[in-house]
Amino acid sequence: MNSKILEAKNLSKKFGDFTAVNSISFSIENGEVFGVVGPNGAGKTTTIKILATLLPPTSGEALIGGYNVFKNASKVRRMIGYVPQLLSADGNLTGYENLLIFAKLYDIPSKERKLRILDSLHFMGLTESANKMVKTYSGGMIRRLEIAQAVLHKPLVLFLDEPTVGLDPVARASVWEYVKTLAENGTTVLMTTHYMEEADAMCKRIVILDKGNIAAMGTPLDLKLSIGDSESSLNKVFEFYVGKTLESEELEGNYKDVSRTRRISKRLG
Amino acid sequence: MYLEQDGFQKDLDNNILVDKINPIKWIANFLIKTMVITEFEVRKLRHDFIELFTRALQPALWMLVFGQVFTHLRAIPTGNMSYLDFMAPGILAQSVLFVAIFYGISIIWERDLGIVHKFLASPTPRTSLVLGKALSAGVRSISQAIIIYLFSLMLKVQLNWTPLNLIEILFIIIISAALFSTFSLIIACIVKTRERFMGIGQVLTMPLFFASNAIYPIAIMPDWLKVIAHYNPLTYEVDALRTLMINGGTSQYGLPIDFAFLILSMIILTAIATALYPSIAR
Repeated sequence: MNSKILEAKNLSKKFGDFTAVNSISFSIENGEVFGVVGPNGAGKTTTIKILATLLPPTSGEALIGGYNVFKNASKVRRMIGYVPQLLSADGNLTGYENLLIFAKLYDIPSKERKLRILDSLHFMGLTESANKMVKTYSGGMIRRLEIAQAVLHKPLVLFLDEPTVGLDPVARASVWEYVKTLAENGTTVLMTTHYMEEADAMCKRIVILDKGNIAAMGTPLDLKLSIGDSESSLNKVFEFYVGKTLESEELEGNYKDVSRTRRISKRLG
Repeated sequence: MYLEQDGFQKDLDNNILVDKINPIKWIANFLIKTMVITEFEVRKLRHDFIELFTRALQPALWMLVFGQVFTHLRAIPTGNMSYLDFMAPGILAQSVLFVAIFYGISIIWERDLGIVHKFLASPTPRTSLVLGKALSAGVRSISQAIIIYLFSLMLKVQLNWTPLNLIEILFIIIISAALFSTFSLIIACIVKTRERFMGIGQVLTMPLFFASNAIYPIAIMPDWLKVIAHYNPLTYEVDALRTLMINGGTSQYGLPIDFAFLILSMIILTAIATALYPSIAR
């Protein structure tokens, strides 16, 4: 298998006169955790939506596992797992049911379904809450359930859009832990984030987006060296390349709060 | 085992078989996925019992108040049918319409939560996503039918209990609910926000209801309204229900025309909705 599992070539997306993503190119190696970082409106979500087959690019192309994301969308959809930015697990179903529907939609053979669902619930630390309604889950539990949903069919690439937005530090750390374990076991991960410490801790390589353009790309260490200080933080790197600092907001709360905050921040930004 | 990647290639091989252009497999996959979507929509209904009862309120008001009053007034010419017999199928059609038309809002809600995105990023056929939702509106409408049958019994409406008729009524209800919920989905894809949908939902539902034969015959309408009523699927739904539900009910257009009009509308609307659905996630 080609070691480049994902390739984006001169991807652009325009909404009317507004250029959300401006001819960006990058590639991701098999088994890598790749971070797309930048402030709100930098084009992170647009990029991930194009790669997850939800949004056709205005120009350029993207390949996943050698298939064109837009032209061979149905093949690509079998190879990817996608966790949107919002809390998208269905509150009116149990955790188990949330996984069961995806097991069925991804054609996991019926005799394997139960085992695989229980296995992934166990891995994500959700066994005890399996039969509870998801609307009673905390934000961190929902996020872990969503990751379980997205990797149930063993995707080649897992897309995580701002996986820890709105989570408290404990929940955030637990999500990091699970994503790291997935990556160690060979799942390629593309995640967006606007937390620099998260990108530093999680990602093998990152790309910094600013207003739809690539401001810098490389390993966290390379990027720090590029500004002449290996002991520096990615926040400094960001400031150097983008010219301003990233503010991170700390939000805590339950399903309702988190999804509301997210909806609001999405509408605002 | 869940972490092992070796199972993947096997899964992928299995799955790509499903995608191969083999019409029989394609149709089987399409039907299975549609049923999966419907199944989980119905599972969610379990928690909506209160809603089912509040939904009974409106048809109750129409039948008990409006229906009773107009039966005594004899203001509306309904031939040799009593007015209550005439309107009961119309109120059933109305309830189905009201259940279905607000499906669009649940799609906007699910879009705001990111649920729609996740389904669209899965290999589920787009038509299954649309039709699965639509059929669940049909299932939801069956509870409305039961409530209206109960009111009809109370008011001594001349119900026809022939089993074949009941089966046909069930079909009409499901396809009508599916049709109007798909229509609602199309509107949701166009207007995209909850606020706008609420406005438009009201503006469309009432004209659909009044420009039909639900509570008065088309014969008494002004000519311009007759034209609209003839293109309104609700008219054909009511015509079929009136024929099948009431003893001595006769069809104005003939049942084959009613069924054909409803099925054809459903196919056209599903095709439009399938094309528009991905745009709601952009």
